[in-house]
Amino acid sequence: MRDKKLNKTFKNNLITYLIVIISYALVQAMILSGNLSSLMQGLLVPICTYVIMALALNLVVGVLGELSLGHAGFMCVGAFSSAFFSKLTLEAIPNAGLRFFLALLIGAVCAAIFGIIIGIPVLRLKGDYLAIVTLAFGEIIKNFINVMYVGKDSNGFHFSIKDVASLNMEDDGLVIINGAQGITGTPTDSNFTIGVLLILFTLFVVLNLTNSRTGRAIMSIRDNRIAAESVGINITKYKLMAFAISAGLAGIGGVLYAHNLSTLTALPKNFGYNMSIMFLVFVVLGGIGNMRGSIIAAVVLTLLPELLRGLSDYRMLIYAVVLIAMMIFTSAPSMIEYREKIMAKFGKNKVSKEAE
Amino acid sequence: MAILEVNNLSISFGGLMAVNDFGLNIEEGQLYGLIGPNGAGKTTVFNLLTGVYKPDQGRVILDGKELTGKNTIEINQEGIARTFQNIRLFSQLSVLDNVKVGLHNDYTYSTIEGILRLPRYKKTEKLMTERAMELLEVFGLADEAEYLASNLPYGKQRKLEMARALATNPKLLLLDEPAAGMNPNETAELMENIKFVRDKFKMTILLIEHDMKLVAGICEKLTVLNFGKVLAEGETSAVLHDPKVITAYLGE
Repeated sequence: MRDKKLNKTFKNNLITYLIVIISYALVQAMILSGNLSSLMQGLLVPICTYVIMALALNLVVGVLGELSLGHAGFMCVGAFSSAFFSKLTLEAIPNAGLRFFLALLIGAVCAAIFGIIIGIPVLRLKGDYLAIVTLAFGEIIKNFINVMYVGKDSNGFHFSIKDVASLNMEDDGLVIINGAQGITGTPTDSNFTIGVLLILFTLFVVLNLTNSRTGRAIMSIRDNRIAAESVGINITKYKLMAFAISAGLAGIGGVLYAHNLSTLTALPKNFGYNMSIMFLVFVVLGGIGNMRGSIIAAVVLTLLPELLRGLSDYRMLIYAVVLIAMMIFTSAPSMIEYREKIMAKFGKNKVSKEAE
Repeated sequence: MAILEVNNLSISFGGLMAVNDFGLNIEEGQLYGLIGPNGAGKTTVFNLLTGVYKPDQGRVILDGKELTGKNTIEINQEGIARTFQNIRLFSQLSVLDNVKVGLHNDYTYSTIEGILRLPRYKKTEKLMTERAMELLEVFGLADEAEYLASNLPYGKQRKLEMARALATNPKLLLLDEPAAGMNPNETAELMENIKFVRDKFKMTILLIEHDMKLVAGICEKLTVLNFGKVLAEGETSAVLHDPKVITAYLGE
């Protein structure tokens, strides 16, 4: 009985990993055979970023059961802290791989720390209130970075929130973060392969966390807070832990994103609240708590507007129709039943909606 | 020595004295009933004992340890577990995982060990599953271990709540209307379960119940609560024949 269950989750997780790996192989084959336009190739790393963001957000929305609209903010923290590090150590650490690895660590840790700082006051709230406050925090982070000037010269670091001149640097000074112009000259250390590896890492963390003692504690809070307390689960600790891990993973998404661009700016287009909402759309359309669904939704919904570019004016119309169709496919009970029937036909284990 | 000692416990909500000068002494291994009309404050007493509410005055002592003023989590770790009047399961978790959440504090490994699937994760999870299955077997739920908790029939959900509470390895088990909504057959089975749990785990049990057949059948001692005050207490048969109790609660 027990083995059967372990096997089932194991199989399900394996399928998810395999989907990612096979898609990677397919895309690589297409690149090598010259079947992928340069426009599409440019989209590959952002898609990886969005997949990571969707997975990270699904940890908060699906597993912890709280609504966060501030994940673009955590992504922003990860992006800027890591880009800052990479630009600073561009000459000190010539090895791009090592530099990127360290940047990843820094981005993830900074974002996780922000997750904790923001989580402590915010996680007392529930539902809509939590969503509103996280949304505000995301905006604050973005706007703060927009007015931040940081430079370095022989005397050390200089910081200002006014302009470059008030940094008062020596002649040898180097402006690292230049306010609204952001960080220019970040080494573009990330690529599609790294992106896919990071997706696999994120999946590994999220899936294994969910199927462990900690994950059970987090889900018990989602299902019934009072009962969780009554069996001795420390609500604050596990809520904060889920939030911080999710923020850290969002930070990783940010690192990947930042190292794909030579100029990183904190524009609403990159890190604004509409991005947070887009991540939420990925999660909801993929099925709340369903990691595989999040991946698919993130890929499809990012590719779709590009693929429909030829239709010009009708683009958003079709986009909306696809949104509705996906919603029905992932969430309508009759569709779930139908899906299970099809899966059973293929001789696979039944994939229930709470499979992940 | 009494395992649970409660002295002049009181709490008021606004102007209403919900529980007034409540006292209780339960011996180890006893099956104790708390009865009374609706709104008498029975569940409030449970909430006071488990730290959901902080009493305005009074003391709660479990096995010689002061529990007054501690929070729910601390009190659970000191050894009081409970079930709820309106079932509160982790509905989207499997039956097995519900019990495993109850084992959370006794079987530990760190989050990192869990994510990386280190040997300690595997060993501990195996022990947890064994222990949880043992508990499920006691309540005849072993075959449904993989079901979602919300898919269980009502009677079994009640049993699962008891199994989950027992998983925290308590000294005292509080059952809030365990037979509510059950048919006579299910109630009879539940009575056997409760007795079995008491004998097998040497558990002390305090239960709230309106089903007099169950109360008369298994409780050794009773306390009757009326308008937040203790109306009567003592041996079950004596209390059930007390004229005061008959007028206030049982009816002629």
